[in-house]
Amino acid sequence: MPNSNLPDGPTQVEIFRRMALLKANDERSRKVIASGRLVMPYYSYRGQEVIPAATMVNLTDDDYLCTIYRGIHDMLAKGLPLKDLWAETAGRVRGTCKGKGGPMHLTYPKKGVMVTTGVVGSSMPIANGLAWASQLSKDGRVAVATFGDGASNIGAFHESLNLASVWKLPVIFLCQNNRYGEHTRYAKATSAKRIADRAVAYGMVGVHVDGNDPIEMYRAARDAVERARAGEGPTLIEAMTFRFHGHVLGDADKYMDPAEKAAAIAADPYPRFRNRLIDGGIATEEQLAKMEQDIEAQIDEAVAFALDTPPPGLEELTTDVYGDAA
Amino acid sequence: MSGPASQTKPKQVSILQALNQALSDAMEDDPKVLVLGEDVADPECGGVTGVTSGLSTKFGEHRCRSTPISEQAIMGAAIGASLVGYKPVAEIMLMNFTTVAMDMIFNHAAKLRYMSGGQTHVPIVIRTMTGAGFSTAGQHSDFLEAWFAHAAGLKVVAPATAADAYGLMRSAIDDPDPVLVIENMPIYWTPMEPPQRGHRVPIGKARIAAEGNDLTIVTYSGMVHKCLAAMPQMAAAGVSAEIVDLRTISPWDQETVFASVGKTKRCMVVHEAVRPFGAGAEIAAVVSEQFFGSLRAPVGRVAAPFTPVPFAQALESAFVPSPEKIAQAAINLVKAKN
Repeated sequence: MPNSNLPDGPTQVEIFRRMALLKANDERSRKVIASGRLVMPYYSYRGQEVIPAATMVNLTDDDYLCTIYRGIHDMLAKGLPLKDLWAETAGRVRGTCKGKGGPMHLTYPKKGVMVTTGVVGSSMPIANGLAWASQLSKDGRVAVATFGDGASNIGAFHESLNLASVWKLPVIFLCQNNRYGEHTRYAKATSAKRIADRAVAYGMVGVHVDGNDPIEMYRAARDAVERARAGEGPTLIEAMTFRFHGHVLGDADKYMDPAEKAAAIAADPYPRFRNRLIDGGIATEEQLAKMEQDIEAQIDEAVAFALDTPPPGLEELTTDVYGDAA
Repeated sequence: MSGPASQTKPKQVSILQALNQALSDAMEDDPKVLVLGEDVADPECGGVTGVTSGLSTKFGEHRCRSTPISEQAIMGAAIGASLVGYKPVAEIMLMNFTTVAMDMIFNHAAKLRYMSGGQTHVPIVIRTMTGAGFSTAGQHSDFLEAWFAHAAGLKVVAPATAADAYGLMRSAIDDPDPVLVIENMPIYWTPMEPPQRGHRVPIGKARIAAEGNDLTIVTYSGMVHKCLAAMPQMAAAGVSAEIVDLRTISPWDQETVFASVGKTKRCMVVHEAVRPFGAGAEIAAVVSEQFFGSLRAPVGRVAAPFTPVPFAQALESAFVPSPEKIAQAAINLVKAKN
């Protein structure tokens, strides 16, 4: 759709489908963990679904993603299959990483999910390396590093943006600004008014967008992907959002203003976009309801698969530390 | 330093030249081999000591690429490119500067194979130089091999000769996992026997640098030469030492060490790193477990004192184990009551 500022109807519906998948998966994860059937550290991404849903529709399986511990929404949107995801987070041998990575280290190269890091800021230096490989191979692949607002204060962010800019790498730094780094409010930890402003220091395009608006988010991601594929270098996108369930599951949110949280939840982007699609005649209520039902059924199947498959055998404890020397 | 090379022998080369040759040969043999680091390309002088000299001219600056002074970004770029088929050799100029990139090295390079269940792996080489002897003091000379040998997923090599520097570098580049190559500055420029093109020294395989019967000295890197220099003093005291040059610190060659200690019944470890919790502690523990009851003396250790590396030459030379100290410790160990 050259020069179109709006994604076409099917793309909007696809963005919604991915949002629905992420939302339903987060809700189910919290339910299953609360029931005691699975034990894992869990960083809810409820409220942040628009960002990966509207970004990843601009990518192919060949493009790379480096994400973080709050990143299951990113990788699901990138195409990581539900069964592999659930089996991994359940610590089962049929999981993506044979149960050895868990929810903070999911990896699935078949869909370009190359690294999930549990260290704040560490997605970015590695995304640069993937982008460097694309640049050397001239294969047009784009690398996306996602991270939170807190990560913009760590050294790796600054080193990575600088290198990406001087090397003109096909990389997108996608900051999901959910306004808190762990328990600390944005303004208390971050000197810049906007994280996007930091791009100026690195001679890079910086974009500040409403990460809860699928159309705005889609456009920003599309432009960044086009820029990267054209060899015009990296982009920093700051996508504004809010996490509905605190830092880690079980977080009492005492550090948060209850009114701020209530307002964010009242402005939940999910029902808003759903209504917008129906009101705009892009999708029907029946169509979206059916989509949501199908997703629930897929999640049912994935959870059952995860719970029914065995944990890794003890031989897995000491395998994959080293490969065989050539 | 050795005297001028004899005319009948092949031209001698230094460790520095051998490393340069290894990198050049590897880049020629495999277009996926890359070099990156501060100042490594020729417009930036081919590295601060010239180890990467000529590579960018021969293979292009896209394959031998100078970086900003950003150790995390250097390691991240190496890791990322390695995940999709490239074989980057990343230079972290000095071993103390690896501390700036430890998250990338320890949390990522070392662990991605395991955490991904073997779906990805990180075939990178990390080159770094270090060693006391140039009055570079507390932040430019430390031996930190124990930090890296303690990390499951990393391999650590520390060559003492030009041939081993070449052969271990080639093996490190071939290796499917991250390998740290420790280059010892004081022996960088010493003329030595030249390596053969294409020769590989297997990772995890030690060599006997000198044969002897009374005591096994386990050592690596520059300390190999200090131990060899201690031989005359030991011999004068009637002590015949077998010197095992480990070449690889992790995984270390237990088979060769055990064979030697089985013969000598005595063992001493020598390294430049500080003594507490050093590689010597691990080697001493394993040798003691294996030979408990048959050792004629407790396993000895000669290492630097538990201090930062000092600046003043008088202090710096007291910090580094000397041939005299090594010889005296060996003599004491052998002459101790059985």
